[in-house]
Amino acid sequence: MKYLLIMQVNPEILDALSEDERKLVMDGHGEFMKTVQDSGEFILTQALADPANSTVVTGTGGTPAVTDGPFIEAKEHMGGFYLIDCENKERAIEIAKLIPDTRVKGLSIEIRPVMFSYGADL
Amino acid sequence: MSGEISGEIEDLLRALAPQVLGTLVRSHGQFEACEDAVQEALLAASVQWPEQGVPSRPAGWLVTVAGRRLTDHWRSEAARRERELTVSMEPLPDDDPSRHLDDTLRLLFLCCHPKLSAPSQVALTLRAVGGLTTHQIAHAFLVPEATMAQRISRAKQTIKGTGFPDGPERLPAVLQVLYLIFNEGYTATSGPELQRVELAAEAIRLAREVHRLLPDDGEVAGLLALMLLTDARRATRSADGVLVPLAEQDRSLWDRARIEEGVALVSGTLPKAPAGPYLLQATIAAIHDEAPSTEETDWAEVLVLYKILDRTAPNPMVTLNRAIATAMVHGPVEGLALLATLDGDKRVAGHYRLDAVRGHLLDLAGEHEQAREHYRRAARLTLSLPEREYLLRRASR
Repeated sequence: MKYLLIMQVNPEILDALSEDERKLVMDGHGEFMKTVQDSGEFILTQALADPANSTVVTGTGGTPAVTDGPFIEAKEHMGGFYLIDCENKERAIEIAKLIPDTRVKGLSIEIRPVMFSYGADL
Repeated sequence: MSGEISGEIEDLLRALAPQVLGTLVRSHGQFEACEDAVQEALLAASVQWPEQGVPSRPAGWLVTVAGRRLTDHWRSEAARRERELTVSMEPLPDDDPSRHLDDTLRLLFLCCHPKLSAPSQVALTLRAVGGLTTHQIAHAFLVPEATMAQRISRAKQTIKGTGFPDGPERLPAVLQVLYLIFNEGYTATSGPELQRVELAAEAIRLAREVHRLLPDDGEVAGLLALMLLTDARRATRSADGVLVPLAEQDRSLWDRARIEEGVALVSGTLPKAPAGPYLLQATIAAIHDEAPSTEETDWAEVLVLYKILDRTAPNPMVTLNRAIATAMVHGPVEGLALLATLDGDKRVAGHYRLDAVRGHLLDLAGEHEQAREHYRRAARLTLSLPEREYLLRRASR
């Protein structure tokens, strides 16, 4: 069963971290990746740029509208994700708890099951 | 094994794979190294046999080649080991069928080791017993080859040195793994179907093999029958990416050969074996498969079987099905009452099936507005696209 582990990022919380704390989180991601790679559950990860870099194309019923920046200023945004393949939801939760973000108060990982997959590697 | 080699040779190789691996493991132990050697031998055969013809004793050929790979492997490791190996690598008797059968079973037990997670058991079984390559397995499960390779390698590490288990106490785990493989193949909805190994067919092949080895086991026969009777309806299960429920399937398109085989298994096994969960489910499937329509289905018999199943192997999914059978026999109100007993059950809380069945029974009761609400909820909760489309259509009917 594939799950997307979505890193919900709150910039205010990230900005408030000290350099050492940020380094701990970064190193933690390296360790985390090694763990799920070794177990044969890791598929893919991507980190996303800040939504300040986004462009939004919106359906209008006619010609789509193109606007810069995120659609709505949200407190949290998707900072990146891990795609994993594991036995069940319980295991996905176990894996999510290994992501260093879950050790920082106020950051969270959202676990969403995948319904359809297609890709060059599959 | 590439897609280019003839189906016949590939079938032969995959049938021989567990025998060859079993022979090697019994001679040398070290499942991990033997398994790699057998994969290499299969690869060599898939290249050489189409060109040079199939050798007169194919199993012996594979054992010799795999044994040589093993020697190479160990030679590079340690000279002492090599000496021991050269002694034990003297000609191995080729065709002693009874021993090979035994080996296949033991391999299955080993692959379904309790220390392994279900996905690892599945992957290892398909490789070591099914004779599939890592690439084929990865493709079938829509994960990258690197992920599957690592999963198999970790699984082999985990069971390293555990030796060949003898006891049949792992048979339930083996049956569960085969059923998982079958269901993955049966419900798979994602990705292009082209060139994917047919997991349902592979599960049936392996179940046939286990049934041949243990013909008197009622649950083995039951599982094989359940797979055949379920697979028989495959062609009508969905249309244009939308699920078609049992009541609306065109029964003239069901696979008669599969149904006959499944029904024969059920009727041959029921009188002589205890009715375990697989055999009971197969019996229910047989009743559906033999009925000309939903209306003409013997729902009273189905209900009795679900009651036994719910008592001997209690499970909320069984209760759900029992609620449907109850509604067909005693009316939707009684079915809904049974369904209500699951409301506080954490095991089905938030499962789309609870809402889908409730929608169906409410529809039968004439409560269409309420039914629509449950269909919509079920549509949001399901993890299957064809199912979601079906539920959305029911909601707007």
